[in-house]
Amino acid sequence: MKQLLIGNAAVARGLWEAGVKVISSYPGTPSTEITEFAAKYNEIYCEWAPNEKVATEVAFGASLAGARSACAMKHVGLNVAADPLFTLSYTGVRGGMVICVADDPAMHSSQNEQDSRHYAQAAKVPMLEPSDSAEAYAFAKAALDLSEKFDTPVLLRMCTRIAHCQGIVDVGTREETPLLPYEKQPEKYIMMPGYAKKRHPVVENRTEALTVFAEQCPFNKVERAPGAEMGIVTSGTCYQYVKEVFGDSVSVFKLGLVNPMPVKALKDFASGVKRLIVVEELDPVIETHLRNIGLQPEGKSLFPTVGEFSQKDLKKILLNVEEESVSADSPIPGRPPVMCPGCPHRGLYYVLAKLKLTVLGDIGCYTLGATPPLNALDSTLCMGASVSGIHGFNKARGGESEAKTVCVIGDSTFMHSGMTGLCNIAYNATNSTVIILDNSITGMTGHQQNPTTGYNIKGDPATKIDLEALCHALGIGRVRVVDPYDLKECEKAVKEELSAPEPSVIISRRPCMLLKYVKANPPLTVNADACRSCRSCMRLGCPAISMKNGKAVIDATQCVGCGVCRQLCPFGAITDKEVK
Amino acid sequence: MKTVNIMIVGVGGQGSLLASKLLGNVLVGQGYDVKVSEVHGMSQRGGSVVTYVRYGDKVYSPLVAEGEADYIVSFETLEAARHAPMLRKGGRIIVADRQIDPMPVITGAAVYPRKILDELKDKGVFVDSFDALSLALDAGSVKAVNIVLMGRLSNYFPFGEQVWLDALKNTVAPKFLEMNIKAFRSGRNSQ
Repeated sequence: MKQLLIGNAAVARGLWEAGVKVISSYPGTPSTEITEFAAKYNEIYCEWAPNEKVATEVAFGASLAGARSACAMKHVGLNVAADPLFTLSYTGVRGGMVICVADDPAMHSSQNEQDSRHYAQAAKVPMLEPSDSAEAYAFAKAALDLSEKFDTPVLLRMCTRIAHCQGIVDVGTREETPLLPYEKQPEKYIMMPGYAKKRHPVVENRTEALTVFAEQCPFNKVERAPGAEMGIVTSGTCYQYVKEVFGDSVSVFKLGLVNPMPVKALKDFASGVKRLIVVEELDPVIETHLRNIGLQPEGKSLFPTVGEFSQKDLKKILLNVEEESVSADSPIPGRPPVMCPGCPHRGLYYVLAKLKLTVLGDIGCYTLGATPPLNALDSTLCMGASVSGIHGFNKARGGESEAKTVCVIGDSTFMHSGMTGLCNIAYNATNSTVIILDNSITGMTGHQQNPTTGYNIKGDPATKIDLEALCHALGIGRVRVVDPYDLKECEKAVKEELSAPEPSVIISRRPCMLLKYVKANPPLTVNADACRSCRSCMRLGCPAISMKNGKAVIDATQCVGCGVCRQLCPFGAITDKEVK
Repeated sequence: MKTVNIMIVGVGGQGSLLASKLLGNVLVGQGYDVKVSEVHGMSQRGGSVVTYVRYGDKVYSPLVAEGEADYIVSFETLEAARHAPMLRKGGRIIVADRQIDPMPVITGAAVYPRKILDELKDKGVFVDSFDALSLALDAGSVKAVNIVLMGRLSNYFPFGEQVWLDALKNTVAPKFLEMNIKAFRSGRNSQ
């Protein structure tokens, strides 16, 4: 049956058909929908884990228990899961196990554009890379067999343009795989030195066997164009750009198994062409392999290492052709993402900006507090780094810094890796002030439940971690909750906690305005006669408020009546009454 | 046949994903090879968003590049102008005539070019602009602008109305179907 599926839904379908029983993941763009779609299949147990390391270890446990399992994460999530990955390579699997990892060339929604193929090479595990939804489905399904055949976890590499592109998939049916009987195998699964020393040669032998497999595996494809001078080696979405531009007029070696790569097959391909070109986004991974086996390809001498490609880049670089286009002469103002109208983070950020504090930030929607006019953030590094970072910042700068520095972290990010940093603040004693922006959901990735929301991935009631009790248990005596819509209360709480002689946590609590159960208030309006054009309300950076003919105006189709702007108007011009 | 390229552009959160889903369903139903590239994540928070829809006998690239778009469907005036360089010669812009100020305009760092569509028309670009917001509000929700736009776009395709309505039934939740049919028809009949 043919269906139009985004790559992530196709992966979920493939995993389901292959009989996967357990999937544990942490959401991260562009990987999130793999697990969201998988959760729609009743035969798979799916969950949102607190972080990618936990998710990968859950999948390992399920594999050890004899079930086929999977986990999914974004590229930077694999950094968090790297610890289990490298030793999973040694233990191998019982039931087949797939780790889906989604790269984000061009950083549509990421803090870096690292290339996850390096992990496959470093951890010495096979990696498959599909080039469209149909392959995402087929490769996900085949990855489980590959995993069991070679006794290894398999990495399935997605990228934004595969993960979030819909294509036609001819789907099949689920084949149940029986739970394999559990056998205690200490030499295989207890990785202490004595056993691990015996496993390392197994890993090296496996890579050799996989390289032989790669020479003729069904994942790689050679398309020969008789008489063509140019031969292109490529993989993933780049294959589509090559075909878009050249059709069948050049020879193409398409790698589906990007680690390990074949040797003889690539040498044979190269010997049949005059010009050998590698088209790959990000790092020269394929190119380096070709050089290592004695070939002389052109790759990064032509193409950038930065960003993503399209057919436009190939046309320009390889054919020197550019399409004609028209544009308006007036400058077009940019439209960066912004915090939504009614976003609970805005009021809190307004207070932090007003008090001119140094603010160490974290990963989530609230990173948008960094943008004008609030400009409320000083740093954003990775998940959890705000809490760990403020401790180091305050250790370096001392009491003077402790009185004017805070960090902000979301509820989900705090559960992911903020807790350990908070434990460090208590244990190693800085007088740091940590603000948890609790909007009761994992926001940026599109509303996933987390351990603090009280619901699981299916939306069923689940144990709700009590953030206040957790912070107390981690050694913090001063924990208080504020409503970020109440600017006076927020300012009072921040000032008091900054001056308190011990570390403290402020939980800024109000659910995300986009949650279905949150009801908007009627839109506010500006009484133009009362507005004195002071622009106080404009300091919030609310997209619903703009200046028209010198007066503030509120767009009724965007305003959700949060009332934060009204607290700032010194002339009482903002009202919930109809203004004639 | 030559692959046809459509771009749906707007401001994050306006419902471009649903519009592209409807369009994708219509095109798959007509037997074409189809690719639809969506945008998720950070830009969905009020940023400039682009969805690419491509169909034909065989579609390779998921993206539409500069000078290739046959249609740009825009939820907002400035976004239509931003993506105008993507239009091929003879391509068409279908745009909801609506101004949503981006943050640089709100903060006073930039000016909204009010006559931007006229500039494009003066350069010979085909621009079909109309008040989609009012039609959406008449249909019952500001959120229906996406379906109103799809209704307007449908006039440029040879498929009958029923094809679109059938696809709509498979795309939206049953309780919103009636409102969306109204929105689609008002867009389709507005021309």
